[in-house]
Amino acid sequence: MIPSVFTYKKAGSVSEALQLKAENEDSKFLAGGHSLIPTMKLRLSSPSVLIDISKIDTLRSITEEGNQIVIGSLVTHAEIVNSDVIKTKVAIMSEGASMIGDVQVRNCGTIGGSIAHADPAADWPAILKTVEATVVIEGESGKREVNVEDFFQGVFTTDLTEDEIITAIKVPVPASGTKGTYQKFMQPASRFAIVGCAAMLTISNGVCQKARVTIGGAASTSFRDLGVEKALEGKELNAQNIENASKIAGNGVQMTSSHFATNSYRQHLTKVYTQRALESLI
Amino acid sequence: MKKNITLKINGQEYTHEAEPRTLLVHFIREIEGLRGTHIGCDTSSCGACTVLIDGKSGKSCTILAVQAVGKEITTVEGLATAEGPHPIQEGFKENHGLHCGFCTPGMMLRSVELLSKNPNPTEEEIRWGISGNLCRCTGYNNIVKSIIYAGAKLRGEETPSTEPKFVE
Ligand SMILES: Cc1cc2nc3c(=O)[nH]c(=O)nc-3n(C[C@H](O)[C@H](O)[C@H](O)COP(=O)(O)OP(=O)(O)OC[C@H]3O[C@@H](n4cnc5c(N)ncnc54)[C@H](O)[C@@H]3O)c2cc1C
Ligand code: FES
Ligand code: FES
Repeated sequence: MIPSVFTYKKAGSVSEALQLKAENEDSKFLAGGHSLIPTMKLRLSSPSVLIDISKIDTLRSITEEGNQIVIGSLVTHAEIVNSDVIKTKVAIMSEGASMIGDVQVRNCGTIGGSIAHADPAADWPAILKTVEATVVIEGESGKREVNVEDFFQGVFTTDLTEDEIITAIKVPVPASGTKGTYQKFMQPASRFAIVGCAAMLTISNGVCQKARVTIGGAASTSFRDLGVEKALEGKELNAQNIENASKIAGNGVQMTSSHFATNSYRQHLTKVYTQRALESLI
Repeated sequence: MKKNITLKINGQEYTHEAEPRTLLVHFIREIEGLRGTHIGCDTSSCGACTVLIDGKSGKSCTILAVQAVGKEITTVEGLATAEGPHPIQEGFKENHGLHCGFCTPGMMLRSVELLSKNPNPTEEEIRWGISGNLCRCTGYNNIVKSIIYAGAKLRGEETPSTEPKFVE
C-alpha cells in the first residue's frame, strides 16, 4: 500500500510551518507519521501537500517552568517514558506512555500528533484530562491556550483550526500527596484502548482530597467521570468506598459498540478498570 | 514528482530518484536491493520491516524515505562486521531463534536497540521489548533465549548453555 501522490515540504520553524500551511490549501502537517501514514496508505486521507514539521527542534523539549511541565508537541511517546522529570513529577504520564503501541510506535509517534489526531481509542486524551493539561496552539493570528477539556470535541475532532499548529502541552505539577495511574484493557494487536482509566488522587491522612478520573476508549471521546470523582472526594479511601464509586463509573454514557467489544461490555470494563486503577492507588 | 533522495544506510550513502511517497522499506528493498528488511503486514503491526534509525527501532513500512534523510539507518545487512556475525546474529544461530527467518531481521534489530538501552534485561523486559515483532513459527522461547545469549556476549560474560533440555 502506497499513499497517493503529494508534494513534500519541510518546515524549519513554527512560523515557516504556518506560512506553508496558509499557502497550501489541501495540506497536512507530518509529525511522527504513525497515524497519518497508515491513513494515507489506506487512501482514507490524500492531502496534496505534506508539511514535515518533525525537524522543528524548538518543539522537542521537556522543560519545567514554575509549577508546570511544558512538553513540546514533537516529544515522542518514548521520550516521555524515559524522561526523569516526568517520571518523578507526573509518573502517570510515563506509565501511560509506556502502554502506547510498542517500542517502534513509541519511538516515532509524538504527543502532539496523537492529540491532533484525537482517535477515541488513543491513550493521551484520558491521561491529559486527568492531569488537567493545557494545549498551546499557534496560528497566523497568534498564540492561544486551550484546556484539554475543551480541546477534544469528538471522534477525530478537536478545537484546532485548519491553519493552526500545536506547539506544546502544559501540565501542572500535581500537589504533594497525589498519586496517579493509567490502566487499560487493550486491543491485543494494536494495543489501542478498548477501555482505559486514568485516575489521580490527592490523599491526606487516608482521605481523598481531590479525585480526577477519566475514561478513554469506551465512548466517542474520552470523558471525566464526575460522578466517580464526587463519590470519592472527602471520603476515606478504603476498599468499600472505592467499590461504591467504581460501580457508577460510566453510568449514563453512550458507549461505543464495535467488533472488538459491545457497548455493554465496555460499560462493564469501565467499572472494572476504574476499580483496578483506584485500588492500585491506596 | 521524483526528486533525489540521499539516505545513509549501514554507513554508506545512497542517492536515488524517488517520489516523496516512497516508503522507507521500499527505498531500502526495491531501490537499494537490500532485501534483508522484510514486509509482512504492511500495516505497522508485525515489525518484520524494523530498521534502526539513529539507533532507534522503527517500522519502515510506516516511515517515508524522505523522513529518514540525514539519519543513520541500520538494516540487518549492517550488523555483521569483518570479524564475524554480530552477537545477536550468533545468539539466534546458537539458540535456533528462527525457523523460516521471515521475522528475524526485524527481531534482531529491535533486540540490538533493546540491549543497547538495557544491557541485562529480564525475560519479562525482553518479552515486552519485542512485543511489536510477531513471529509465526519459532514460538518466541528460542527468540528470548537468543537475546539473553547476545546480552551475555555483549557484556563480555559467559554465554548460557544452548544445549536443549530434555524432559523425561
Ligand atoms: C501499530 C500502531 C499502534 C498504535 N497504538 C497506539 C496505542 O496503543 N495508543 C495510542 O494512543 N496510540 C497508538 N498509536 C498511534 C500513535 O500513538 C501515533 O503516533 C499518534 O496517534 C500520532 O502521532 P504522530 O506524531 O505519529 O502524528 P502524525 O501521524 O504525524 O499526525 C497525525 C495527525 O495530527 C496532525 N498533527 C501532527 N502534529 C501536529 C501538530 N503539532 N499540530 C497540529 N497538527 C498536528 C497531522 O497533520 C495528522 O493529521 C498506534 C499507532 C500504530 C501505527
Ligand atoms: S511490514 Fe511493517 S510492521 Fe509489518
Ligand atoms: S521465524 Fe518464521 S516468522 Fe519468525
